[in-house]
This record gives sequence, structure tokens and C-alpha cells, in this order.
Amino acid sequence: MAERVDSRGLSCPQPVINAHKKMKQMGSGAIEVIVDTTTSRDNVTRMATKEGWGVETREEGEDILLVLTK
Amino acid sequence: MRGLPLIDDPNLIVGMESADDAGVYKLSDDLAIIQTVDFFTPIVDDPYVFGQIAAANALSDVYAMGGIPLTAMNIVCFPIQTMDISILREILKGGLDKMREAGVTLVGGHSVEDPELKYGLSVTGRIHPSVVLTNVGAKAGDRLILTKPLGTGIINTAIKGGLATDESVESVTECMVRLNREASEVMQKIGANACTDITGFGLIGHALEMIQDTGKGMIIDASSVPLLPGAVDFSEMGLVPGGTYRNREFTISRTDIDPKLSPYVTDILFDPQTSGGLLIAVAEDRAEEMVEELKKAGIDEATIIGKIVDEPGERIVVTE
Repeated sequence: MAERVDSRGLSCPQPVINAHKKMKQMGSGAIEVIVDTTTSRDNVTRMATKEGWGVETREEGEDILLVLTK
Repeated sequence: MRGLPLIDDPNLIVGMESADDAGVYKLSDDLAIIQTVDFFTPIVDDPYVFGQIAAANALSDVYAMGGIPLTAMNIVCFPIQTMDISILREILKGGLDKMREAGVTLVGGHSVEDPELKYGLSVTGRIHPSVVLTNVGAKAGDRLILTKPLGTGIINTAIKGGLATDESVESVTECMVRLNREASEVMQKIGANACTDITGFGLIGHALEMIQDTGKGMIIDASSVPLLPGAVDFSEMGLVPGGTYRNREFTISRTDIDPKLSPYVTDILFDPQTSGGLLIAVAEDRAEEMVEELKKAGIDEATIIGKIVDEPGERIVVTE
């Protein structure tokens, strides 16, 4: 079961900080990050890619789900 | 204002129809006034520094036109019910200190109660009507000089996230509080063909205003663009403000970026700047001299970052 980080309603850079914290905590595995702006999507994708995590993006209605794996 | 009937006046030298930084109105054959207004929400936590930045940013529009600022009025929106008045005092002190440095007299102001704090200035300056420098007028072959490094939007985002280094905080603060006065004085002394200051639309957005409807194009050499320390790292870490992505989206159809360039670097060219530097178009044979004079005036980052070209028209080519 993937851990979930809900960063909807938060403005940048908070979604990046939240996802980064969870990644550091887990070290590896799967994290579902849910955001509601394209800025958050792009920024979380950047950060996760830089940290060596894989990123898959899915739209879920108004929200965007990012599945980070390592 | 698009679509609204504007007011014609033969003495209006620079008005709403252009994308210029300030309005210019002729009073007599040898005197025109420059007027501009700018205010915004805090971008730093320190109220004194915020006051300095807001004032430097508002004054910059006069400097970008080659004018001399004379007087200013404070614009204040303040949540008096929830915020200590000493914060406002610090903001106003910061603004006043910048005005003093600029040789500008504060003549008044206006404040309203607002749940969101905002501060800025309305500035009036003077200029000879024949030497008004607008953002159009650049000629093919002109070199483009940028007088401050880029990346204030990204670094301020990193600061908000608590991730900025002391070096980044120091350099971005120094950059934002610095007046464009010396840069403007050198520009007027050497002579320029066009100038704008780099603010919310980022380097590319403001550079496009310089070539819009002129038929001319522009080449920017990405590797020569001065960047604030930490800007590339923070861009890579996803500490990028929404404005950077929006600026990119808005201007990318008129921009050709060498695919070999890292997006982490090129995105900084779209980053919205607070109290950014001047972008000056100067004749090729005076460009080196202008850079030297700017450096002598203490503007160490002043660099030639590109040139104006005939082809491709009204596009910006970003090279490696």
C-alpha cells in the first residue's frame, strides 16, 4: 500500500517540502502525492526526479495524482 | 484597459498604448514628467527590507526611462486589526531610506485597511522630452546588457520553504534592494537605444516587449546571463514559483530554445523578478565601454547577454 501525501490547497513550495519529507522518511517504496495545481505537479516531479525517484502522473478529476517510486 | 477608449493628448509622449514602464507627459519643450506606480505584497519576512525592495522596485521604472525621480507618495494597505503597527513603521522606514538614497522627497501617501499587507510608491520624475528612453527603439546589431542577476522568484520560493542558503539570502536581498540609479546614469552617459527593467514577466517577457511590433528579433546567450547563487539548484529542486511556469507558457511560442540547454537553467529566464535589473540595448561599438563603466560604478554583474537581429523577426532565440 502506497503512502499518501495530500497537498491539495497548498501553495508552492509546501507540496515539494511535504513530498520531500515523506521521501526522506521512507527512503524507498511508493508514495502517492495528490496536488491540485500544475505548478505543484511540475515542482514535485522535478524534485522527485532529482532525488532519483520515478514519477507517474494521473489526472483524478480536478486533482493530479503523482505516484513516486524508488 | 484593452478595448477602453483612451484619452488623447498631444503632450502625452509615452502612454497606455505601449508596454512601457512609466508614463511620460511633456510640460514644456525642455521638460517632461515621468509617472509610475507599483505596490505589492511582502516577498520577504523582514519589514524594513520589504520597504526597501518595494521602493527600489517602484523607482526603477523612472530609471528605466532614463529619468530622474523627484518625489514619491506611499501606498499602504495594512491589516491594522491583526498586525502590530510597528511592522508598518519598519516598512515605511525601509521605503524612506531608499527614497533618501535616491534623492527623492516623500510628499504624502494614502493608506487603507486591508486584510492583506501591501506597500509601494507612486513616483514622479523628470526628463528632457528628447531623451526619453522607451523599451522599443533597439536596432539590429545592438548588444543587450543586463545589470542584475536573475532568479529572485526562485530564490524567494526557496526562502519560503526554509531551504535557501545564507549566501542565497544575502545575494538576493542585496540584488532586490539595489537601486537602478547608477545603471541608469551610466546608460544615459554612454547612450542607449532602448531600455526596460526586468520585473514580473521575467527576462524573456520583458525582452519580447523590446522587439514586439518592431520586426526585429533577439538572440540571448544563456551561458552569459548572470544568475543568483543557488538559482539553478533550487530550480532543479522544484522550488519554482507558479509565475515562472505561467511566464514560460505565455511566451514560449515566440521563443526558440536550444534543446541542449537544461530546462533548470532556461526556466530562470522566465522567472518573475522583483526589483530586477535594467535590460539595455546599446550600439555594438559602445557596448563594451558601457559594461566597463557599469562595473566601475559598482555593478559587477553587468554583462552582455545577447544582441538584436533582423531575423528571425519578433522572436527570441536562446542559444547555449
